[in-house]
Amino acid sequence: MNETRHHVTLTVNGVVREATVPGRRLLSDCLRHDLGLTGTHVGCEHGVCGACTVLLDGEPVRSCLTLAVTVDGHEITTVEGLARDGELSPVQRAFTECHALQCGFCTPGFLCTVTAFLRDNPAPTEEEALEAVAGNLCRCTGYQNILKAVHRAAELQAEEDR
Amino acid sequence: MKPPPFGYHGPATLGEALDVLAETGPGGKVLAGGQSLIPLLNMRLAAPAHIIDVNRVPGLDGIEARPSGVRVGALARHAAVERSPEAAAAQPLLRQALRLVAHPVIRNRGTVVGSLVHADPAAEMPAVLALLGGSVRLASRGGEREVPAAEFFTGPMESALRPGELAVSAFFPALPGRSGTAFHEVARRHGDYAVAGVAAAVTLDEDFRIAAARVACVSVGPVPVVVDVTAACGPRPAASADWAAVAGAVRDRIEPEGDIHATADYRRHLTGVLAARALRDAASAARGEES
Amino acid sequence: MTTKLFGEPVRRREDARLITGQGRYLDDLGAGALAAAFVRSPHAHARILDIDVSAALDVEGLVAIYTWEDLPGALAEPLPLLIPHPALTHGRTAYPLAREIVRHVGEPVVMVVARDRYLAEDACALIRVDYEILKPVVGIEEAVRGVHLVHEDVPGNVGAHLVQEVPGPGGLTAREAIEAAPHTLEFRLDVERSACTPLEGKGVYARWDADDGSLRVYSSTQTSTSVRMAIAAKLGLPLPKVEVIAPDVGGGFGVKIVHPWPEEILVPWAARLLNREVKWTEDRREHFVSSSHERGQVQHVRVGFDDDGRVLGLEVEILHDHGAYTPYGIIVPIITSTQLLGPYKVGAYRVEFSSIYTNTVQVTPYRGAGRPQGVFCMERTMDRIAAHLGRDRTEVRAANFIQPDEFPYDQGMTFQDGRPLIYDSGDYPEALRMLKELIGWDSFPEIKARAAAEGRRVGIGVGCYVEGTGVGPYEGGHVQVTSDGRVHVSTGLTSQGQGHETVFAQIAATELGVPIEKVSVVTGDTRRFGYAVGTFASRAAVMSGNAIALACRKVREKALRIAAEALEADPRDLEITDGMVHVAGVPSASIPLATVAVLSNPLRYAFDEEAKRATQFAGPASDDRPPVAEGEEPGLEGRDYYSPVRSTFAAGMHAAIVETDPDTAEIRILRYAVVHDCGRLINPMIVEGQIHGGVAQGVGGALYEKMVYDEHGQLLNASFMDFLMPYATEVPRIETAHLETPSPLNPLGIKGAGEAGVIPVSAVIASAVEDAEGITIARMPISPSDLHHLRLER
Repeated sequence: MNETRHHVTLTVNGVVREATVPGRRLLSDCLRHDLGLTGTHVGCEHGVCGACTVLLDGEPVRSCLTLAVTVDGHEITTVEGLARDGELSPVQRAFTECHALQCGFCTPGFLCTVTAFLRDNPAPTEEEALEAVAGNLCRCTGYQNILKAVHRAAELQAEEDR
Repeated sequence: MKPPPFGYHGPATLGEALDVLAETGPGGKVLAGGQSLIPLLNMRLAAPAHIIDVNRVPGLDGIEARPSGVRVGALARHAAVERSPEAAAAQPLLRQALRLVAHPVIRNRGTVVGSLVHADPAAEMPAVLALLGGSVRLASRGGEREVPAAEFFTGPMESALRPGELAVSAFFPALPGRSGTAFHEVARRHGDYAVAGVAAAVTLDEDFRIAAARVACVSVGPVPVVVDVTAACGPRPAASADWAAVAGAVRDRIEPEGDIHATADYRRHLTGVLAARALRDAASAARGEES
Repeated sequence: MTTKLFGEPVRRREDARLITGQGRYLDDLGAGALAAAFVRSPHAHARILDIDVSAALDVEGLVAIYTWEDLPGALAEPLPLLIPHPALTHGRTAYPLAREIVRHVGEPVVMVVARDRYLAEDACALIRVDYEILKPVVGIEEAVRGVHLVHEDVPGNVGAHLVQEVPGPGGLTAREAIEAAPHTLEFRLDVERSACTPLEGKGVYARWDADDGSLRVYSSTQTSTSVRMAIAAKLGLPLPKVEVIAPDVGGGFGVKIVHPWPEEILVPWAARLLNREVKWTEDRREHFVSSSHERGQVQHVRVGFDDDGRVLGLEVEILHDHGAYTPYGIIVPIITSTQLLGPYKVGAYRVEFSSIYTNTVQVTPYRGAGRPQGVFCMERTMDRIAAHLGRDRTEVRAANFIQPDEFPYDQGMTFQDGRPLIYDSGDYPEALRMLKELIGWDSFPEIKARAAAEGRRVGIGVGCYVEGTGVGPYEGGHVQVTSDGRVHVSTGLTSQGQGHETVFAQIAATELGVPIEKVSVVTGDTRRFGYAVGTFASRAAVMSGNAIALACRKVREKALRIAAEALEADPRDLEITDGMVHVAGVPSASIPLATVAVLSNPLRYAFDEEAKRATQFAGPASDDRPPVAEGEEPGLEGRDYYSPVRSTFAAGMHAAIVETDPDTAEIRILRYAVVHDCGRLINPMIVEGQIHGGVAQGVGGALYEKMVYDEHGQLLNASFMDFLMPYATEVPRIETAHLETPSPLNPLGIKGAGEAGVIPVSAVIASAVEDAEGITIARMPISPSDLHHLRLER
């Protein structure tokens, strides 16, 4: 029993990457195991925890609920692609400044989600920030510092844009 | 938790998609947003022989808002419909309900039509379609048919979709003037499937008395339960309506079941509470008030 | 100590890699390793009649299939019972792969190894296991009836039975004291099951080096040293040929202290047998049905008290659901029954527990480890006494507090470490005063009345606890200053997100007087430090923190001695600042610590410029003394251990204000306040983070999380869809205040903080909901549906 394999070309973090995968290969596994980008984490594989969240053409999606072959030809941004030229992004800086991570396993999903959120809504209200991170589970932090980090990241981003 | 093997098909046109669906028959399963299907695959609770991935089919992502209502294409993501000002203007209930569908990241990928076809009685969009008396357009190699909501939902996770068919769009009718809508639900956690939820539509007459009132209830039956409460409301202004009696009328019409999150009795009670709240808000909206 | 970092909110040194995707968690390792997957029992209790693997043999990429019959030697024996106890008369553990009988859904039956996880799962799906279904025992009450047995040779399903009794003043027994008391109350309490559920499940990755005959194992564990010993024993390998490393670990909360998990020995065994790298990464469903749960207890309480609410006698009978096996002994019910006493003097106390087997996932410690149940019991008792007497709930608590001048306070019992339950220090009246101020306890009645006028229901609740932390037996630390001036710190215990790399570096930098940037910390790697116990019981900072401080002090002393010789000064006049050893008040008379490190190691060969200074012709040497003096060792390094005589006792008090919806029965936490005392704080930012996370888990346990088994022993909510871990929207903002009563037991004066946040939350929320509703709450968690029915029963 040999599975048909499909050739996929993805632009990941600005780099064209190719892989040959079975139709059932999840994008999360493709990124982690075919392309070696293990920063994207898998916490539940049923779309609830959000650890595997990546940006698909700029929009956050669950990579565990996406087949790699479906996104052939598209652009993906993972946690490895958030820093620019070795410089941490405002969201990354805010997370460490505010102690918004402990074990760090859920963090890549939060970082990707918040990055897209602040791009669309650079000065969120408390309620909007809460809604933005409300689809990601974290078992360590109690979320308080994550919410703090969202607002801090907005500040840092605003400073950068000034 | 990895999907079982399946034959993967990525048709590039609607014609190709319908051809593959015809060939694969009952063994074929359509993949659009995948936010309900892929968890089932990962848990190996579903093992279709073939996956027909329609994400590359052009022309299916339309959101057409007209005075008569909103037609939503098979690849229109929840988020796109939620964000569409035209759709919200033509049928405000769409945005009211979509905000309650899971979380934003799921809505980025999940599709409205996919949610209808999935036919989960706990989901919001089937209730919206049922309340509004909308319909789903099904295409196959043999042609197209438009199935009204009342016939589309046939049981829990069961719809009128036949093997070989693709749900290409759904139509959410607009309401007449002086109408308002609302969606209230209680979920255990924000974003979870509702323990109970009620979509309501109220139309007022020229004297701002209730002329028509309907609710659609989620999680309290095998399919969304639509209850016409016009008679229970009576032709009275919303302010003097007997909401407790209306809630009672709704409670009498539903057949909830208990599960690990709530008992049947609590669901019945809660549906009554939410029906009253949703109807009141819908009536306010019909008067042009902010709810 | 001039480079003071101890006590500062230093930013975490772990973060740089974790926020850029450069962390290395278990499944990030071993690209290309074979993947293991398991056929697990679908039945709660059954006899295996036949295993037919033939259909799986055609699966592409299949490498091996193993059942119990394939296991050699010690591997075929039951897994170890880690913590034996005389009261655990009928301890039972599982086989790595089921032998004949399965006792819970999820028990591993067949191991499959294949090219990748997809294929391994394909093979699992094709393996047919025939079972004869046996009667499952589900639920504590069903188990206690003893009609059906989980283990044929354990009558009544009772694994352990323990009574501890502390007489009251005048030698009264608890029963006598209660009978003589002016007031008595008797009631039952229920706490349901939850689980740790770290975002990263367990995982094991093994590499066998056939040339060297050695094994390297990575495990997502809370104890790499003990996993190492277990693997060596089970596989019959010499200990020096096995090394175990805990890489970045995505949360533990207790479940990863249990070891060896079946997979932790099966994966290395298969790797050696196949001479291939093998990896197993637990998926979410596996974690729900084949790891551990905790919390499930039924408690019967009798209490006698006086008119002021002072407890004169307390009797508690606990039925503890232990699940199918007892690999971690009876630590959880022991902790419940001892820590139940909290900050109080209860006169005479009698506690009795039975540890009961059921056909469900085994029960082992989950953050708090039995304390949340004990605190729930005691705090519900305090609230009932207050209600009975019509007194303020905080007054009743205060009437029972151990007073600050009564420390050390002996509770007269034996704690989980086998040592006396003697509290080291604390100030409970002050903690309560701070808490009442923080939450606004005294002005709450006005808030409540205002809310009532608006048709809203609000309530306030309070809960107090004492937590034995920093249990022994020991931890060690090794500190080495290399000739480049860097400081390498290692300790054997592991990290799962607590920020050890940061706090241990703070301790080392403070002790040695070096910039923190020069310090690096390694935890949980047996190549670096072989002796350790593990990370649990809020012990890492107390145990390894002190061990590292002691090791640093050795290094410092040696550095000063060598520097004194070089500077021709008295070591007592020397200080280390910013990595420079200098004469106090004479900055010019100095020598870099790096140079001291060079001088500490007499060399024959110069491998770089610095090293020349330590070679034999570099300078005058004493002809009558060997280059390495007697009693000395080469190198600027030190190793020391910290082994406490008994545990430290941290404490805290929480309060919450909740609102309940009069119609929907939804429960919302409006405010949550914490006063916390863990002794001296090493890093307040990290301590607060620990509290936030603990409270969030507590909120989960109070309002959302439970493991729901049906009568067949099927876990009905084995997914994140239905096991309701709180999202950000469910967790309130947490207001914190710190009280610091240093521990007199250790050099740094610290206690532990890891578990604190979670402990009293169920008690606090129950107290607040009760206050809002005027309904007695006796069972947690509580859902809107539950509250609705309680209202109907009123």
